[in-house]
Amino acid sequence: MATSRRFTAGDLTLSEMITVYIEGKPVDVNVNDSAAAAALRAGIGYTRTSPVSGEKRAPYCMMGVCFECLMVIDGVASRQACMIKVQPGMRIKRQLGARELS
Amino acid sequence: MSCDFLVIGAGPAGMAAAATAARLGLSTLLVDEQPAPGGQIYRAVESRSETAAGVSQVDWESGVALAKEFRAAGAAYQPGTQVWQMEKEQEKKRKVYVTDGVKASCIEARRVLIAAGAMERPVPIPGWTLPGVMTVGAAQILYKTSHWMPPGGAWIAGSGPLLWLYAAQVLEAGGKITGILDTTPAANYLHALRHGVGALRNLSYVHRGRALQQRVRAAGVPVIKNVTALKAQGTNGNSQLASVRYCVNDQWREKPASMLLLHHGVVPNVQATLSLDAAHRWDDVQRCFAPVVDLWGDTSVEGYAAAGDCAGIVGAEASAVQGRLAALEAARALGSIDEAQRNMRAAPLRQQLTRHLPIRPFLDQLFAPRENLLLPHDDVLVCRCESITARQIRDTVALGCRGPNQMKAFTRCGMGPCQGRMCGLAAAEIIAHARGVSAGDVGVFNVRPPLKPISIGELAALAD
Repeated sequence: MATSRRFTAGDLTLSEMITVYIEGKPVDVNVNDSAAAAALRAGIGYTRTSPVSGEKRAPYCMMGVCFECLMVIDGVASRQACMIKVQPGMRIKRQLGARELS
Repeated sequence: MSCDFLVIGAGPAGMAAAATAARLGLSTLLVDEQPAPGGQIYRAVESRSETAAGVSQVDWESGVALAKEFRAAGAAYQPGTQVWQMEKEQEKKRKVYVTDGVKASCIEARRVLIAAGAMERPVPIPGWTLPGVMTVGAAQILYKTSHWMPPGGAWIAGSGPLLWLYAAQVLEAGGKITGILDTTPAANYLHALRHGVGALRNLSYVHRGRALQQRVRAAGVPVIKNVTALKAQGTNGNSQLASVRYCVNDQWREKPASMLLLHHGVVPNVQATLSLDAAHRWDDVQRCFAPVVDLWGDTSVEGYAAAGDCAGIVGAEASAVQGRLAALEAARALGSIDEAQRNMRAAPLRQQLTRHLPIRPFLDQLFAPRENLLLPHDDVLVCRCESITARQIRDTVALGCRGPNQMKAFTRCGMGPCQGRMCGLAAAEIIAHARGVSAGDVGVFNVRPPLKPISIGELAALAD
């Protein structure tokens, strides 16, 4: 996490870090991060697999257009992770294939 | 819930429109999918200091002022709200359905302004679906909201002002840009010169653009010009980007890359106006569709207007002015001002537009997308959601499909969760080229509700 701290130092409005759980592991992220940004910060690489081809995918547009950032957030599947701001303790997991009908 | 004037989108056009309308006494509601006002250009404008935005973003103060004006004007505001259906007039009301992600609800409005902004033009290249490839706009959003920068540096490829602005911002903040692969065709500079008079009338834009390019070069970032084609290569198993390949003078070269940021200009976000079945036009220079609007932003659908970049790319400052003009016309239509008052208030705004707009033909020509990039090779994935290649699209033309909607029925292209937002323009270009006609003649995907996927649980809340 050295990278993110380096870039937030000296800017008080951005300096607050919170802990979220990404793929079950606690990660310190910026309080202004979206869930998708947090996943990128954590360096987990891909954030979902395509339900059609199984290919690994990651956030592409970060503005709610491309739907590549679909993740499981606090137990809810297929959320647009770029549109959801992190909350302390938020659980963010990869969306693997299609969501289940439940 | 009901209101006189519903504004969709909290970018410059939406904020300016809502503030203007509220001050004229209209009960005004602004809904926006983001958690805070600003749109993409002024993203996080209330939470970031001006210095944090970087000196490169010189018009940041306009955004700060707009957000303050909007907050002070007394318009109601619902952030974190998605519009998923808009209905045409019934009994002088327009019903617009929204969801906050938990519960759906219905807003009844007498007039509606769509201020949905722009999106980056999706240009499919081989490997653009690999983790490690995203758009320059996406990276800039990450920078603006929480100062994230690519930890190992990034290659930037494409064309357009945003590419240079982002590179300058990252360098200024101490980040690393590995290199720039500039796809702007050399001929564009000549074509743009034909609109040099307009550029002379907006010299500050030209100076700003040149200063950004100089700053990037001065930082020692390699800038490779006249790049004609791009490929992203993955690691074994394609779980991550490994390198970027690019073609200059028919020679391919390869560089290792941990991140590749693509940018090919911005196009209007027309999903909302398309869903209304409003009349649209094809812009052959910007190579995009935009709704047909009159001088006040009114679309062909009664009671629905569009302002800002979603009605044709004009930039942030002109967008705000267009938002105000649309609000004035709404106030006239709803009886809070008369036609003379509307025209009197509009006159100085029209003056402002003539100051902001002369540069546009110059910029449009200079950053017009490279033609061959709009026509991906057969193996390139065009529809990311449904994994449909350019070949599959071309095959449907050979079968007799004349436009995207027939093609969609054969392939599922455009039927995934993004609902054709990412593949729509590319599909239109591919079909048009295969048929030997203009993309304007083949048209775009029909857009149907819901505009964004919505769960049965959210829908059920409507019955409460």
